[in-house]
Amino acid sequence: MRMSWFNATSLTLGFAFLYLPMVILIIYSFNESRLVTVWAGFSTKWYGELLQNQSFLDAAWVTLKVAVFSSTLATILGTMAAYVLVRGGRFMGRTLFSGMIYAPLVMPEVITGLSLLLLFIGIGLDRGVLTIVLAHTTFSMAFVSVVVSSRLVTFDRSLEEAALDLGASPWDAFRLVTLPIIAPAVISGWLLAFTLSLDDLVIASFTAGPASTTLPIRIFSAVRLGVSPEINALSTIMIAIVTVGVITASLVSKRSMVRQKRDEQAAARAT
Amino acid sequence: MTLRPFLQQGRPDLPATVFAPWADPNQKPLIRFQNVTKRFGDFTAIDDLSLDIYEREFFALLGPSGCGKTTMMRMLAGFENPTSGRIELAGQDIVPVPPNKRAVNMMFQSYALFPHLTVWDNIAFGLRRDSMPKIDLQRRVEEMLKLTRLEKFARRKPHQISGGQRQRVALARSLAKAPKLLLLDEPLGALDKKLRQDTQFELMDIQEKTGTTFVIVTHDQEEAMTVASRVAVMDEGRLIQVATPADIYEAPNSVYVADFIGDVNILEGTVRATGPNRYHFTWADTGESVTAASERPFSDGQTAHLAIRPEKVQISAERPEGAENAIKGKVHDIAYLGNISTFHVRVAGERIIKAQSANTRRITNRAFTWEDDVWLSWTPTAGVVLSD
Amino acid sequence: MRRAILILVPYLWLLALFLVPFIIVGRISLSDTALARPPYLPQFSWDEGIWAFLSQLDFENFWFLTTDDLYWKAYLSSLQIAITATFFALLIGYPIAYGMARAPEEWRPTLMMLVILPFWTSFLIRVYSWIGILSQEGYLNQILLWAGIIDAPLIILNTNTAVYIGIVYTYLPFMILPIYSALDRLDGSLIEAAEDLGCSRLQAFWLITVPLSKNGIIAGCFLVFIPALGEFVIPSLLGGSETLMIGKILWEEFFNNRDWPVASAVAVVLLLILVVPIVLFQRNQQRQAEEDR
Repeated sequence: MRMSWFNATSLTLGFAFLYLPMVILIIYSFNESRLVTVWAGFSTKWYGELLQNQSFLDAAWVTLKVAVFSSTLATILGTMAAYVLVRGGRFMGRTLFSGMIYAPLVMPEVITGLSLLLLFIGIGLDRGVLTIVLAHTTFSMAFVSVVVSSRLVTFDRSLEEAALDLGASPWDAFRLVTLPIIAPAVISGWLLAFTLSLDDLVIASFTAGPASTTLPIRIFSAVRLGVSPEINALSTIMIAIVTVGVITASLVSKRSMVRQKRDEQAAARAT
Repeated sequence: MTLRPFLQQGRPDLPATVFAPWADPNQKPLIRFQNVTKRFGDFTAIDDLSLDIYEREFFALLGPSGCGKTTMMRMLAGFENPTSGRIELAGQDIVPVPPNKRAVNMMFQSYALFPHLTVWDNIAFGLRRDSMPKIDLQRRVEEMLKLTRLEKFARRKPHQISGGQRQRVALARSLAKAPKLLLLDEPLGALDKKLRQDTQFELMDIQEKTGTTFVIVTHDQEEAMTVASRVAVMDEGRLIQVATPADIYEAPNSVYVADFIGDVNILEGTVRATGPNRYHFTWADTGESVTAASERPFSDGQTAHLAIRPEKVQISAERPEGAENAIKGKVHDIAYLGNISTFHVRVAGERIIKAQSANTRRITNRAFTWEDDVWLSWTPTAGVVLSD
Repeated sequence: MRRAILILVPYLWLLALFLVPFIIVGRISLSDTALARPPYLPQFSWDEGIWAFLSQLDFENFWFLTTDDLYWKAYLSSLQIAITATFFALLIGYPIAYGMARAPEEWRPTLMMLVILPFWTSFLIRVYSWIGILSQEGYLNQILLWAGIIDAPLIILNTNTAVYIGIVYTYLPFMILPIYSALDRLDGSLIEAAEDLGCSRLQAFWLITVPLSKNGIIAGCFLVFIPALGEFVIPSLLGGSETLMIGKILWEEFFNNRDWPVASAVAVVLLLILVVPIVLFQRNQQRQAEEDR
């Protein structure tokens, strides 16, 4: 099937719109001049300066710590919540529970941030890495539970029943059968929570203390003053990491799908 | 005579006595349903049902979808609990026992093979839960692989084998723990017709070899008739008839069973006794009378149905000599099925009666064609008189 | 027992870190600003009892929001900006989704990935990337001046136009994905049937394709509108002094004016405004789920 010129044009323009700003950003991160809008020759010096900038490195370290802890916690809690929602049956306050899980998906970040900050002040918890981790866990577990529960809904329940039937305890059935099979969804839930945490500015701004500036907070205060070549360099590094990650992940999943398909065809031929 | 004892007679290693523990009052049933009722909300899936199943039986639960047969099976496995009533396994009430503690295993309709484990590990899954010593476990898995002819596929994952092989893995996995009772939920539903027939005999073989009691759920009457020692025909949560396949076919207890199993002509009319176990059946449509034998008593003038299998109706060009029941008609349609032909014969205006004859000769020599005048005849014992 | 733990752990977590904070916001929105630590009154104390505490709460802050026209103007302008941006996102997103659904089968996974990829990259960076493009000496003005289309640089950055561009750009994947999934499921033979029955290409599009992708359009619009309404980063980086958006006001009220009760009241009202689209969105999702069944 050949594409009509209309479809081809809308795709070209659409993807140009989506990608051009980032491409420009990447190109100008290699600009020699500090005047970011004027091209003055190729240079990698801003990358060098970035690596010398202790405040960026500190912020990056804080962000990484927060992201690892909060996404891991969010994955555990989000998977539990998804399991409860899909398999838990009825219990007291189920409606409230599902409401609380999905609300953060549509909640403006300013409100989530404000309310959590007021809580932390109310209970006298000093703001720092811990409070950011708590805040990020709460809002990203919603995303994890959406990803995991959509996998659980299509999960063939007779697999769990078969495990029970063969003598596995409910915990063994989960550990040995359900978890390995839904693992891809759990992993993508973790990745999503991790990126959300890396990315978050608003909630972190509310819940961070003076000694726990995250990278987005640091970037935000820098770009408020306008475009800077260091930020361009930093952005390029972040875009590169994400791109490599996403492409690798999709290649891996594509390869395993192809292999599975080939196996199935071979099995069908064998009969 | 059932198919099962017939098969056993052909084998010198098995006793030639007829296997019929249900007829022996000294036999204790392996499974006993006592007044079991199961409701889902307002819906009654199982309605005050009692049933005994004996050791080494191959018992089939047969019925249309939604008749409650799957619920029965899930209650035996422990995935559903009865709303009221008692279920016994070897004399013990198993209702409070969770599924993972029951000496019952199930073969799932979808097979439910664990996709992330190899065939070998799937079969070993249940044994590992019992912490079986490694040597014994290996021996048992190998034994199961051999029984189901899967030795070559032990290292493969479920998606790397064919549908028929998957079915055998599911069987091997559920038999590995040597359960007292094996439940099979539509075990052959996913296979095509040819493979299904071969597998039916394989299942019967394995059941005999292992001596396990099998309870199979199916909606396929042919399958139930082929494999089972006894068949329970179910409808709307109730047992309609529990009997050997031959009895179900030859002596159905209701129009429902007669109609559900195989092809049948059902005539409506009234009966009048003419002698011991002999009745005059007056056909409501035409007023014609035929003679029918029945062990069940009927009162004079009672409305009843006469059920006659098509293969028990003879078709001929002339009225057969000395035939007690004969009706004249016209050939309306012929269904040629290769080994047999079914004639749809129009009698008394609009009524169609089906008659079957074996094609022992080549088709060119066929005796009747469309619109031929023919005679249908049958013996008094060919039909069954049913009261409802 | 195990089931109870499974339910209780996430449940208690959400109660403590989601519901309780909202109750606190609600309670502070009913308090008065004070030069104290924390900067509001009344404080609850067991000596005075719950009634003395409750009697000091009032709706003064909400009344204040209606008297100072900064706030209701901000709400209205947030709504207007969110609606306009959603409209443009639909206008741009639909043809892209349509083009993807009509693209050769083997391209589609790649196109999907290309739509999702920006979604994984930092939101902040994506907004930031427009500063360099839209500023007075930015790349866009450079090109337009060089091409001779304009004589003097356009002022786009720090206006509402820049905010629209920012919202459309960052939330476009949210618009494309639901529409694409609706169009992808659309049976191609339906269009052929419509054409066979005498529709022109365009008629078939309006009479068949658009109605059948309606659920995707609605979902996409809500997915852009809801987060755009409370947006903070885009108006504060791309918007100007005349850009009034409620997320920005809340932030300033809290961090700059340190007026916690008013900030809380602003949050409560924003939440009340959001309840309507959220409920409508949920309903649309449910209806779609039922249709799929």
